Amino acid sequence: MNSEPNLALSEPVGDEIRKTTCYMCACRCGIDVHLKDGKIRYIEGNRDHPINKGVLCAKGSAGIMQHYSPARLRAPLLRVGPRGSGEFKEISWDEALSLAVNWLQPLREAAPHKLAFFTGRDQSQALTSFWAQNFGSPNYAAHGGFCSVNMAAAGIYTIGGAFWEFGAPDWDKTKLFVLFGVAEDHDSNPIKIGISKLKKRGARFVSVNPVRTGYSAIADNWIGIRPGTDGLLILAVIHELFRTGKIDLDYLQRYTNAPWLVIEDEGKDDHGLFLRDDLGKALVRDRTSGALVRFDEPGHAADLNADFTTPDGRKVRSVLRLMAEKYLDPRYGPDAVAAETGIAATTIRGLASEIARVAFDEEIVVRQPWTDMKGEQHEVMIGRPVSFHAMRGISAHSNGFQSARALHVLQTIIGSIDCPGGYRYKPPYPKPVTAHPRPHGKAEHVTPGKPLAGPHLGYPLGPEDLLVDTEGKPQRIDKAFSWEAPLSAHGMMHMVIANACAGDPYPVDVLFLYMANMAWNSSMNTRGTIRMLEERDEATGEYKIPKIIYSDAYSSEMVAYADLVLPDTTYLERHDCISLLDRPISEPGAACDAIRWPVLEPDRDVRGFQSVLIDLGVRLGLPGFVDDDGNALYKDYADYIVKHQRKPGIGPLAGWRGANAEDEGRGTPNENQLKTYIDNGAFWMKHIPDEALYFKHHNAAYQQFAIDMGFFDAPQPVTIQLYVETLQKFRLSALGVRQPVAPQQYRKRLLDCFDPLPDWYRPLEEQGVDNSKFPYHAITQRPMAMYHSWGSQNAWLRQIHTKNPLYVPGKICDELGLIDGDWAWVISHHGRVKCEIARTDAVNGKTMWTWNAIGKRKGAWALDPTAPESTKGFLLNHLIHELLPPRADGMRWSNSDPITGQAAWYDLRVRIEKAEAGAGISEPEFGTIKQPASQSQPVDELRYGQEWAPK
Amino acid sequence: MTSLPHNRTTKRLGLVIDLDICVGCHACVISCKEWNTGGYGNALSDQHPYGEQVSGTFLNRIHTYEVVPEGGLVIGEAGEARIVHFPKSCLHCEDAPCVTVCPTGASYKRADDGIVLVDEDKCIGCGLCAWACSYGAREMDLAAGVMKKCTLCVDRIYNETLKQEDRVPSCVRTCPVNARHYGDLGDPMSDVSIMVAERGGFDLMPEQGTLPTNKYLPPRPRTSLSDNAPIVPLAENTEGARGFFAWLDKTLDRI
Amino acid sequence: MHPATSMIVFTTLSGMGFGLAVVLGIGFLDPSLDATTFAYGTSLLLISVGLLASLFHLGNPRRAWRALSQWRSSWLSREGVMAIATFVPLTLSAVLAICMNSHDWIVGSISILGALLTVYCTSMIYASLKAVVSWHTKLTPLCFLLFSLSGGFLLASAFVSENGLAVRLLALLFLLLALTAKMAWRKRAMTVKPISTPESATGLGFIGRVRLFERPHSLDNYLTREMGFRVARKHAAKLWMVALIFGAILPVFALLLALAIGDGLVAHIVLVTGVIAHTMGIFVERWLFFAEAKHAVMNYY
Repeated sequence: MNSEPNLALSEPVGDEIRKTTCYMCACRCGIDVHLKDGKIRYIEGNRDHPINKGVLCAKGSAGIMQHYSPARLRAPLLRVGPRGSGEFKEISWDEALSLAVNWLQPLREAAPHKLAFFTGRDQSQALTSFWAQNFGSPNYAAHGGFCSVNMAAAGIYTIGGAFWEFGAPDWDKTKLFVLFGVAEDHDSNPIKIGISKLKKRGARFVSVNPVRTGYSAIADNWIGIRPGTDGLLILAVIHELFRTGKIDLDYLQRYTNAPWLVIEDEGKDDHGLFLRDDLGKALVRDRTSGALVRFDEPGHAADLNADFTTPDGRKVRSVLRLMAEKYLDPRYGPDAVAAETGIAATTIRGLASEIARVAFDEEIVVRQPWTDMKGEQHEVMIGRPVSFHAMRGISAHSNGFQSARALHVLQTIIGSIDCPGGYRYKPPYPKPVTAHPRPHGKAEHVTPGKPLAGPHLGYPLGPEDLLVDTEGKPQRIDKAFSWEAPLSAHGMMHMVIANACAGDPYPVDVLFLYMANMAWNSSMNTRGTIRMLEERDEATGEYKIPKIIYSDAYSSEMVAYADLVLPDTTYLERHDCISLLDRPISEPGAACDAIRWPVLEPDRDVRGFQSVLIDLGVRLGLPGFVDDDGNALYKDYADYIVKHQRKPGIGPLAGWRGANAEDEGRGTPNENQLKTYIDNGAFWMKHIPDEALYFKHHNAAYQQFAIDMGFFDAPQPVTIQLYVETLQKFRLSALGVRQPVAPQQYRKRLLDCFDPLPDWYRPLEEQGVDNSKFPYHAITQRPMAMYHSWGSQNAWLRQIHTKNPLYVPGKICDELGLIDGDWAWVISHHGRVKCEIARTDAVNGKTMWTWNAIGKRKGAWALDPTAPESTKGFLLNHLIHELLPPRADGMRWSNSDPITGQAAWYDLRVRIEKAEAGAGISEPEFGTIKQPASQSQPVDELRYGQEWAPK
Repeated sequence: MTSLPHNRTTKRLGLVIDLDICVGCHACVISCKEWNTGGYGNALSDQHPYGEQVSGTFLNRIHTYEVVPEGGLVIGEAGEARIVHFPKSCLHCEDAPCVTVCPTGASYKRADDGIVLVDEDKCIGCGLCAWACSYGAREMDLAAGVMKKCTLCVDRIYNETLKQEDRVPSCVRTCPVNARHYGDLGDPMSDVSIMVAERGGFDLMPEQGTLPTNKYLPPRPRTSLSDNAPIVPLAENTEGARGFFAWLDKTLDRI
Repeated sequence: MHPATSMIVFTTLSGMGFGLAVVLGIGFLDPSLDATTFAYGTSLLLISVGLLASLFHLGNPRRAWRALSQWRSSWLSREGVMAIATFVPLTLSAVLAICMNSHDWIVGSISILGALLTVYCTSMIYASLKAVVSWHTKLTPLCFLLFSLSGGFLLASAFVSENGLAVRLLALLFLLLALTAKMAWRKRAMTVKPISTPESATGLGFIGRVRLFERPHSLDNYLTREMGFRVARKHAAKLWMVALIFGAILPVFALLLALAIGDGLVAHIVLVTGVIAHTMGIFVERWLFFAEAKHAVMNYY
């Protein structure tokens, strides 16, 4: 009998653990990187970290393969062949930066707007925006415009917060959780942890999503809604809650503008605006005395049911009355919306009754005294344990702003904003829209050789804040903050290339992009975008977009279209700062920020983009980057993170400030700050005091905490804006009764879409195409194991999704005789895609879908040109145009939300036809991109870690 | 020794996998790969990692099924298909046919804790154990020519260099939804055994007679939203908002 | 199951070799004849080539010796042990025949026992696998043994001149028996109800019908390549006919023809043709044996 072998069971994992922040997707989890012999042995979640609490997703664990990806760029590259050829020569950093300066310096001195600087999936917007502002060009934004600005803007305008980085469900206390859509690569570990918690508690989880995969697969109830009708479903629930009186009047009276008085003055410039006093403070009627008082005056009980004429003769009504009149209309009833949404009226009623039951019959009482902003003391915190979450599903429709607003209104009327068991803000939110800046970029804001007069991005409060000239023409290259997309708070990166190529509103000279795969999966109309990048001026022979500088860590499709490539590091080789000034990682109960730091040194001639940007800032002599003598203020990004002060005491990192690390939030720079972060697991967390944990928007203790932490200098309570006056101002401009008057061509759509109370309209593509020709929807879902296009270069992740079929509802398959493995044409008003199909019955019957961004251009990402990602994978992007079909007058609107400019990816309408398999290659087919010659050759067999195997 | 331990092991270490909350994120799949490619035995190789026929050795994989109720228990709305994510790795069977078929003694079941392992130094790569396994728990590493399988992270669970809380398999440590549980299924009082008893945990393919140690917890029954009692409309209910205003007045007076 | 060439070559050739060893063990062939020496050589060669081919199936052939250790539990190990053990009496028999022109009944009997046991062990490698329903039957060893014997006798009939009739008749008998057994085996394989289903494999049958929605990974893996081999029904039916014609009908015809012709070159040529046909038929049969076998793991795919 043999004996069992002796096993070495207590081998140390590695030589050392270095704790940093993940960047395999946008979640920013804490990771423990185990190093062995100078290589990564193992990456696991950091148990102490506020975001992931020790767990880690597939992407995070696959960081090893990302870090050693053969697609990593190796040195600065200068294009030598035509754009798209992939022919580059390696140059030194000095050459590269000098060239960039030679391109940029003349622009700054003469025409700063000729630089368009857009930063894609940027997690350092506090720096990039600061750089752009000091450069002086009005043309800067990150990728929010094609991501989820609808979510963010609707949230900020309504509740002074939103989801993900702005707020989250109270996972520990909620008893009913309703999830709309969701991008499974945003906030993914926190959502997974949260759903798991509530399911184990037996709380109900309802998922509203056309597709029943991912989180929807484990939902107690799946509502397989027709894309683009979420808003209508929510309004039907609101209708039911009004009809049955299941609304939290006390909450509405105290914390919202439900009692604010709306002027009825048809045809005048104050019609639909709030009754305000001389200081501009909104007025309410005291229900006991009948007197008009300022809404924030202590000691009154605002009348929610006001409908009267003021002593000076103006007819006013409370917002709540307007809401009741609107939402009690039978057109919002479950029976009326059932056909449009594809959801049975009984299900809608069931959802409404469950929301009402849990909110009011299962109220939570937390015995924690607190004081509100009017000074009133409360013995307890009342919780309405119903919570919601939404992301791109709602966001990426042209009616997404209003749908997201509807969701916030629903949360508000049941009193579940920042209460126990409800939605909770994450610091530094809540922050009312008024506390955010206004956008800058009008002619008077731009002075050659000088910084822009203020931040690029912000939240307009009315048409007067638009970045347009006297004729109403856009001032930004992306036409953000113009009449076309007035509240485009994140810019409109998806329009930049098209507009720059068309010279509309003006041509640019340098397009400077960071980490945005615009030549492939990040653009609508990919082929058209590629053409625009290649298009030359007929007269001069020069490219329409003359110079493109691009920074990326990997040889993405976009690299081939750049003229100058600045190679970035991987996330394990760099400093980064996840800042409260930017997109922090706070939790509802704590303010948090974090860093990345080089846990490994680059083995290539690459530099972190942020350090390069700082270097460029110095070389260009930008204020904020050089002192009065022109000397560099910061030697690199790490130095900037520590030393930069936005205003005295406030820097990129809030933890361990002050000379001796004694301060938090506010404090002088501490030169050992990064070391302290590293010693503390690369993050900082400051718990919110117990009495400040809920009702932050009206909680005196929280407001003091926020001031102490430096979020703002004076209290900024949020009165939830059920009725958004800003939207009404646009309607008044459209009516021609208020200055500035809206240009004629925008008037109808302003009137149609800018309802100050959430409303629903058909997505614009659905309005614009013949729906009998395009009867179905086609959407993408985010695979949980991939982040955008990044996953395919990762030897481990790409095995999970090597190709993407189109999932087609069983009923459509049966009608067309399609079976798994068949090929089909999917056709939109703009183009057609040939792809392999697979049947599914777990889907809305009118919706087909596929995984996002699996399809790759041949040769990109260091993949073999025969890789299935290129031959069987495909993008829906080819079907989506950046413009809507022409209207009768020939005018073409951008395929965006008319309010925020959010790219309407999910509005796509299609039909499907069976195709011959032919060569079995998906179409459209593109030529192979050559990899830059200096790239390393991918291996044909990987045995990662074999050197550690017992010999 | 490829004979199974003479006495049934009393300690039966294994996993309990909760199908009610697995979202199919593949976290466990990759965490397993990264731990084990640098850990026990040879690396888990990948052939053509950047090529057309990419394929690698994995010890844990997630399948996704569509389940269509056909007279079965209706979970959710009647007739609706649903998706179930299904992680699968070695079940560390009590009567493990993969062990007894091994010609070299490489494949063995530990007498102490029931973990089924491959002693890679003895493995000749004949593949018979993979054939003998109904569950697809074993994959031959094409680079090393030896059979790989889940070790239950035997080099973690007894690893004295790890903190006690980390002495669990990598897949369990990383699972974001806590759908994977590790423990002694031979001890009826262990957390995992209690969980199995309470939730009706089941064996995969019991008819194969392998007596798997790992158990699966079924999706919980669900109730339909449309079965909810509708909320009662306001007594003042009228067409439109008038009744609401009357109710509002009355209610506000009470506050 | 993936029809690996190494396994097909191994089981086919070694089966024939051991069958021939049985004939030699009985002493049907006159040890004083060169043809008998040649037969011994053929038998040893077939067995050796078969065993060598089986090494190609291994990931680590240099460690193949380890496979001899687990004869108490593993059919594969037993097969290895028996195959090697059988070499001893068979070689001894050969030496006796070549050097002393004699045949020893005791050594011969041991060869027979060894040969039959080896073939039985080979067959039990497959028959013992519950995961492959079509293999998991007593008919599997029966078929293997009968194929081995029919192949051996058929082959022997090409070497024999004296006692030719008995060998030919026995070859005929075993061919017909093998054919009958295999037809019974295949009928069962085609109709047997799989003991496991996607529903039992996932435990989700209580909710409804279970259908794979997404593979764990998009492309094939070791399991699907090894266990997920699929052959089209029409294609398989054609190959089955080929196996029948070449493996049984042509050899039977050849034997009958040879019986009719009697001795002589023509009869030999006919018989050699029969042997070649049979070998080809068995190759195809063995290919189908693997290719048509469905493994329980495919319930997950």
